[in-house]
Amino acid sequence: MITVHDLRVTFGHGADAVAAVQGVTFDVKPGESFGLVGESGSGKSTVLRAVVGLNHDWTGTIAVDGKPQTPHRDKAFFKSCQMVFQDPYGSLHPRHTIDRILAEPIAIHRLGNADARIDRVLRDVGLGPQFRFRYPHQLSGGQRQRVAIARALVLEPRVLLLDEPTSALDVSVQAEILNLLKRLRAEHALTYVLVSHNLAVVAGMCDRLAVMNRGRIVEEMDAASLRRGEAREGYTQQLLRASQGYDRAAADSFKDFA
Amino acid sequence: MSVQTQNSAARTGGLRAWLTTETPQSRTQAKLGRIYLGWLTFTRNTLAVVGLGIMLLLVAMAVLAPLLTPYDPLAQDLGQRLLPPSGAHWLGTDAFGRDILSRILYGSRLTLMIVLLVAVTAPVAGLLIGTVAGYLGGWVDTVLMRVTDIFLAFPKLILALAFVSALGPGIENAIIAIAITSWPPYTRIARAETITIRKSDFISAVRLQGASKARIILGHVVPLCSSSLIVRVTLDMAGIILTAAGLGFLGLGAQPPAPEWGAMIATGRQYVLEQWWVATMPGIAIFVVSLGFNLLGDGLRDVLDPKG
Repeated sequence: MITVHDLRVTFGHGADAVAAVQGVTFDVKPGESFGLVGESGSGKSTVLRAVVGLNHDWTGTIAVDGKPQTPHRDKAFFKSCQMVFQDPYGSLHPRHTIDRILAEPIAIHRLGNADARIDRVLRDVGLGPQFRFRYPHQLSGGQRQRVAIARALVLEPRVLLLDEPTSALDVSVQAEILNLLKRLRAEHALTYVLVSHNLAVVAGMCDRLAVMNRGRIVEEMDAASLRRGEAREGYTQQLLRASQGYDRAAADSFKDFA
Repeated sequence: MSVQTQNSAARTGGLRAWLTTETPQSRTQAKLGRIYLGWLTFTRNTLAVVGLGIMLLLVAMAVLAPLLTPYDPLAQDLGQRLLPPSGAHWLGTDAFGRDILSRILYGSRLTLMIVLLVAVTAPVAGLLIGTVAGYLGGWVDTVLMRVTDIFLAFPKLILALAFVSALGPGIENAIIAIAITSWPPYTRIARAETITIRKSDFISAVRLQGASKARIILGHVVPLCSSSLIVRVTLDMAGIILTAAGLGFLGLGAQPPAPEWGAMIATGRQYVLEQWWVATMPGIAIFVVSLGFNLLGDGLRDVLDPKG
């Protein structure tokens, strides 16, 4: 479904250039849920933004649904591939009602039948019709993230890219959103690419994952071996230890993996 | 009687509940509810309500001028010249024996015309140029902003003077000159606001839906920039009225015998020591309307400030 080969992204020019992604290669099969894990600054979100077309300055190959992609995407691409952002407080237009937010993609793609589509997608994400004409500031963080998911789903895409979809939410709401995402994947046969720094989230959501550090993929593994704690690479083992909570001895033993 | 009061109380209560409900049933209800909440914020500021009152008074004066005064603002009566305020002429008469109150009432039409025409041209142009420059960036931004810089580099009144002398004196040309000289600051504001939001996730999200640039700018960027612009325009209106009056005073705006307030001050200045009312009355009118716009702008800032 998604093939990324030798993807490189560099920000800035000359002496200020930062190589954020340095030759990343991975494959996501149709219907699979693939995780990208790494600490802040490892380049995992940058990979996602290049795949979805928000970042134009990359080299390498990106193919989605068998079609090789150029930096500029057409409407048909966005119909099949959508993204959910990390911060539900920043990803909804503050002056638009939920209705307007969800009607926009329908209008852009001239899908028609907006009322029925909006009602259906709101029910799909577990929000009743009473939320339809509210403004984002009248919703909680979890409800906003549901609206953001609904906005991504309204075009009925086949691929959903999730950029830390729960890290801005509190723990009880995180579980609700993750369950919702699991259910939606099953119901709509979606392919997921999930970016997260939270190993537990990735272990619960994904079939396979890649661990990134400093713009490179260090290790690819399946979720089952992650749950068993079987990591080959030193960096992944350290990430696993770090995810088990704060421990002074463990923190002191951490080293830098270049 | 009491039943009637109860009914109307229930109706207003119902209306308020309908407006402030957490779960609007339609687009219109959501929009009206938002406006109602804004109105509540606005009325909390007493001075802003005073400003709004002054504006409404100005509009009423302009509309009802013929009903409010028995005199023709242009009719000269040299036997009645330079009369002090009295029962027959509440604000006195000018050098040609014209009733000053009538001239101020009719002059409000000119003031209102200046304000409206400038308000629908300069900020709209500034908003479009600024959002396009800010959102597209690159060479479009460079070209548009350098042109804006060139216009910003001229002193406002001098540039307006140059335009009016090129186009010929008259109220329409004065309005064009004011509009041409007042758009650059709006462009700057709109561009600055656009740059702060163009990288935000909600703009990225609509880009990911395949929206065209025009759709993003008009539907998503402009609504967020327009509130700070509306506040700025309202606060600038006082300055625009003063510029129009200044051009009138210099003889480059409205031409005699048009009852433009600035021109009235200009003709009254010869008599300012003996017949003070000739220049003072239109001066007070300009002062009150400018003050009204400033108070209104202050209140609108409370309502529209997206960070508030």
